[in-house]
Amino acid sequence: MNVAPRPEHYGVIAEFTQADALISAAERAHEAGYRRMDGFSPVPLHGLSEALGQPYTKLPWVVFAFGIIGGCSAYALQYWTSVIDYPLNIGGRPLHSWPSFIPVTFEVIVLFAAFAAVIGLFFSSRLPRPHHALFNVDGFERATEDRFFLLIEAKDEKFDLDSTRAFLEGLGPDRVTEVRY
Amino acid sequence: MSREVARDTAYVPPAPVLGPEETFESVEERISGVVLHRRIDKGWLFGLAVAFGLLQIFFLSVSWLLAKGTGVWGLNIPVGWGFAIINFVWWVGIGHAGTLISAILLLLKQEWRMAIARFAEAMTLFAVACAGMFPILHTGRPWLAYWLIPYPNSMDMWPNFRSPLLWDVFAISTYATVSLLFWFVGLVPDLATMRDRAKHKIAKYIFGILAMGWRGSARHWHRYEVASLILAGLATPLVVSVHTIVSLDFAVSIVPGWHTTVFPPYFVAGAVYSGFAMVLTLVIPVRKIYKLENLITDRHIHNMAKVMLATGLIVAYGYAMEVFVAWYSGVEFEMFMMKNRMTGPYAPFYWALIFCNVLTPQLLWSHKIRSNLIILFVISLIVNVGMWLERFIIVVTSLHRDFLPSSWDMYAGTKWDWGLYIGTIGLFLTLMFLFIRVLPMISIFEVKTLVRPKEKSS
Repeated sequence: MNVAPRPEHYGVIAEFTQADALISAAERAHEAGYRRMDGFSPVPLHGLSEALGQPYTKLPWVVFAFGIIGGCSAYALQYWTSVIDYPLNIGGRPLHSWPSFIPVTFEVIVLFAAFAAVIGLFFSSRLPRPHHALFNVDGFERATEDRFFLLIEAKDEKFDLDSTRAFLEGLGPDRVTEVRY
Repeated sequence: MSREVARDTAYVPPAPVLGPEETFESVEERISGVVLHRRIDKGWLFGLAVAFGLLQIFFLSVSWLLAKGTGVWGLNIPVGWGFAIINFVWWVGIGHAGTLISAILLLLKQEWRMAIARFAEAMTLFAVACAGMFPILHTGRPWLAYWLIPYPNSMDMWPNFRSPLLWDVFAISTYATVSLLFWFVGLVPDLATMRDRAKHKIAKYIFGILAMGWRGSARHWHRYEVASLILAGLATPLVVSVHTIVSLDFAVSIVPGWHTTVFPPYFVAGAVYSGFAMVLTLVIPVRKIYKLENLITDRHIHNMAKVMLATGLIVAYGYAMEVFVAWYSGVEFEMFMMKNRMTGPYAPFYWALIFCNVLTPQLLWSHKIRSNLIILFVISLIVNVGMWLERFIIVVTSLHRDFLPSSWDMYAGTKWDWGLYIGTIGLFLTLMFLFIRVLPMISIFEVKTLVRPKEKSS
């Protein structure tokens, strides 16, 4: 089977000077039926994700699971080494001296959970990714400085280069650019 | 608010956390400009040279130590724990302010933390690096320090998980790792800003790699905020656990003066106290030299001074409890230890400690003194010294008068002890000097969120 030829366009992007304008534009694009889109801003904007209709991340559950895994492994390691593999009789005290196993268990929970949070963050964000079609857009570097962008991807079902471009222009942006690969 | 102010006016709104005229563009230029546009000035070069010189003392002391063994230190029996553990606890404690500012104050939604968090976190990392040197070198054969990690080995042995010293290994290594992760995650959006602002090709390239292709996407930001909150939630109990475990190194033993339940809370408070003192020591000159008064405002300085006062009072309570419990326990050895601490050969150190840590910070009740940067700077230095003395007193006065009078001895650091200590200060300052010129020392994107909406357009 042949792979479909790569489309020329990644999408169309509109640039705004105000954060509020981006959020209301995102809401209107969502109302118009666009789904495969994204917003870009130099600061986290509360309400933008919701306006774009993006689901809440599952990251907390991943972190929770890894915390549990870390805690269980740490306790199991201590139990196995101190009770089974290398038991030390210290004044006849119980080998399974659980209170002294708590600090290490706690530390390993935190360690695993923190790694899960950070690796999960970058993995689910598809980072690191030093090259991206968006970096071809003139002026997109200001997305990390003081400009706000709304992107509609070419993969969206409703996407049509001319009509989507016209739609974005109707939202009152500073300018609209086609994003090419 | 202090009384002087209350008398003058009915209500004084707190000073803003950001200068009123700041915009996105000006915030960016102020912070990234220090890295990207400022020329290498003589003052910075001089400071780095001094720090680098001190760092050479570190290398010299370590080399001599490795060549000759721990005998070059002033350790003896009964004082088997000397400068190494004193400096270890001192440095770890200093590190704790960074985590407190970045994690606990984030959970408490304290906006003023944003301008100082990055700086304080860097301080945490460098302080923990310095702290780590001491136990590793104290093992005597640091090239075998990996024996502390539980791994299947040909000796067919496992580390003893019932020992607080092993808990320390886990606590400190987890703390260093999580602090580094937290710090890096906080840096990523700013590294992207640096990448997009940098004119120089090499700078653009390096920042580009470090930023990992951050685009400021809403999807990314959403996950980013969730992850930051989770990391803060993890770092908060972590920082408390770390100094608790450090205090358990002492409290789990049965040595008079160490075997007490007040140690964990009193050590944690002392850590935060010394950490804020160190943040003030560093921030007061830096914000002056790099003209960051609009970002690190007087409100920040006041708040830090207040945290220092509050934790200083907890520490003072800890000292009082140590004395009270020694008497109340009725244990002969505890009472002797306390009497020896207050009137014995190390009494001048004890009273110097009370002067530095209990009396001096009382000046911070005054609004006028909190506003005077020079006095505040001096107080922060005195507190740093006081916290070092505290650890010296705890370690040495408990050990040097052992249960057996025939083994009593005195302890003093040798020149190699001092060399290693001063050397780690050189390591710390060298890293600090490099940090402020190669990375944005204030979180750009967080401070941008403080810009008033009206002035958002540029």
